[in-house]
Amino acid sequence: MINPLPHTNQAYAEAPAVTSQSRPIRANSVWVGVVLPLACAVLLAAAQPFWSAYLSDLVVKIMILSIFALSLHILVGGAGLVSLGHAAYFGLGAYAAVKAAGPDGSNFLVMLGAAVGASGLYALVVGALSLRTKGVYFIMVTLAFAQLAFFVVHDVGYFGGSDGIYLMQRPAIGALDMENSSTQYFVVLAALVLVYAFIAMLRHSRFGHALSGIRVNEQRMRAAGFSTYGYKLAGFVIAGALAGLAGFLLAARDAVVNPELLAWHHSGEVLLMLILGGVGSLRGAVLGTITFVLLKELLSTHALMGNAADHWQLTLGIAIIVLVALLPKGLVGINDKWQKKAVAQTDKAQAATNQGANHE
Amino acid sequence: MDLATFLVQCLNSIQYGLLLFLLASGLTLIFGIMGVINLAHGSFYMIGAYMAFALSPYLGQHFITMLLVGVLITVVLGYALEWAFFSFLYERDHLQQVLMTYGLILVFEGLRAILVGNDVHGVEKPAWLAGSFPLMGMMQYPWYNVFAALACLVVALLMYYTVNRTRLGMMIRAGASNRDMVRGLGINIKRLYRIVFAVGVALAALAGMIAAPMSSVYPNMGSSVLIICFVVVVIGGIGSITGALIASLLVGFVDTFGKVFFQELSGMSIYLLMAVILVWRPEGLLGKRS
Repeated sequence: MINPLPHTNQAYAEAPAVTSQSRPIRANSVWVGVVLPLACAVLLAAAQPFWSAYLSDLVVKIMILSIFALSLHILVGGAGLVSLGHAAYFGLGAYAAVKAAGPDGSNFLVMLGAAVGASGLYALVVGALSLRTKGVYFIMVTLAFAQLAFFVVHDVGYFGGSDGIYLMQRPAIGALDMENSSTQYFVVLAALVLVYAFIAMLRHSRFGHALSGIRVNEQRMRAAGFSTYGYKLAGFVIAGALAGLAGFLLAARDAVVNPELLAWHHSGEVLLMLILGGVGSLRGAVLGTITFVLLKELLSTHALMGNAADHWQLTLGIAIIVLVALLPKGLVGINDKWQKKAVAQTDKAQAATNQGANHE
Repeated sequence: MDLATFLVQCLNSIQYGLLLFLLASGLTLIFGIMGVINLAHGSFYMIGAYMAFALSPYLGQHFITMLLVGVLITVVLGYALEWAFFSFLYERDHLQQVLMTYGLILVFEGLRAILVGNDVHGVEKPAWLAGSFPLMGMMQYPWYNVFAALACLVVALLMYYTVNRTRLGMMIRAGASNRDMVRGLGINIKRLYRIVFAVGVALAALAGMIAAPMSSVYPNMGSSVLIICFVVVVIGGIGSITGALIASLLVGFVDTFGKVFFQELSGMSIYLLMAVILVWRPEGLLGKRS
């Protein structure tokens, strides 16, 4: 009665399925991880002369927000730490840059340094305190510290109150002047490429692996001898500093900063971009940002939506709900879903042939 | 500060704290016990306030009846929403819930803009609650605020009794600590959740209806109150009704007196409180140590 053969047969049937599932992903990784992003960057650079002023501005905005989303990805996708206060570092970076700018002739490097430094420093303080908590509590403590920063910027006269402060002159260094819109475009693009490459390398470093280990099982990482607190804190500071960089770029683009940059809605939005794209990968962060910004832009454009554009909040809300319902793993999950379907089909075919062989 | 002002501020703190508790206890049920991060909780508060605005021309003088009608409507709304929407969210992870309920906020805000527009409205107090009484000779304290505090207190005591002393409360508390165990005991956890969710929605809406005559009814009133609600729930310890009550009163006092003492930086006082408490006790005041 008990026939061991079907079991071995089943094991055989499963074995190729495992390799067929892992093979395309591994073959993809160089292509998707290096070639595709580089091609996109080259394309963006080559397309610049053809953008209209409106499109160019929109692309710059998307690229800046992509850097912001990528910086949060270090925490959420890397270490599994969900921060709902990330806009604080973005906004502080922007404010620090504007405050560091002189009244005549703003030095690019001074502003950049001030932005990254101030954000990194605040991230160090907040991270040191909030990393003592976990899960939902961590979400709320990061939010609390962000609200603190928001109210300081909003209520203290030095920061210009709810109107914010204007930047008298956009940052420049040598021939590189951000007053020029095409220079602005290429500076932001270069920053995006560098940040993307930096985080990609970080992921493949010992440090990045330690962070993913913490995400999967912190207890085990600690038992393995890692000082997990130190790793998480380092990740928190890097994420904060990079958000500050994005803030600096935004201040240079808009030439004005206001407290809204630090508001919790903004923290929520960047988290949404990340989730929408899919938390597992870097391209997910960028894809999510593009989708979110474009959805918002499209749904609120009268030329496209007619009178419905007045109610873009409603349509955006419905779009988000539908997207999440259909794509539990975010936009990058589409690819997985498709692959899984293909694998399931080959499995079925394989099982059928195996069964056929069994019957004979 | 003289004694009368101090007393008035204390009354204000208690009244605000109890109102917060109504909101936070609803959120505790949904967020702490059912494990759904519901960002749309503030929207139910907003719905309640706008409902008071819509109902008051007809039922304004029968205020208690109006509250009961409002609660009835929102219980049905909550039950329907859970059936149509939230029951699919339990198995999703926290990030998905954040995204979905954010989408829901946008939908509610959009519907509000279509149905009632973006104007700021006031709701009149019922005539029998419109006056005020003298306090310490020179101060006047409005009767309506006393009524609001008492109404919140009654609901708070009812909540406390239900959660801590009844069989339903026992199931709810058991569900909070171990969902699978409760299911294993043969309790229809699906229906239990649906009822708990509906009650949570109704509590938020009730808070909105009670608050409407005191503060104006305005767009985005939900999102500003939402964060304070989460602050209360987290300070109190997730899932603890008693903790939520203590935290609500604490936040009520800190916020009210913060506005008196540090006008300039009053906005950050409750977040400072939250940061201090969570750094001191990472699991909240009455939360379980993991």
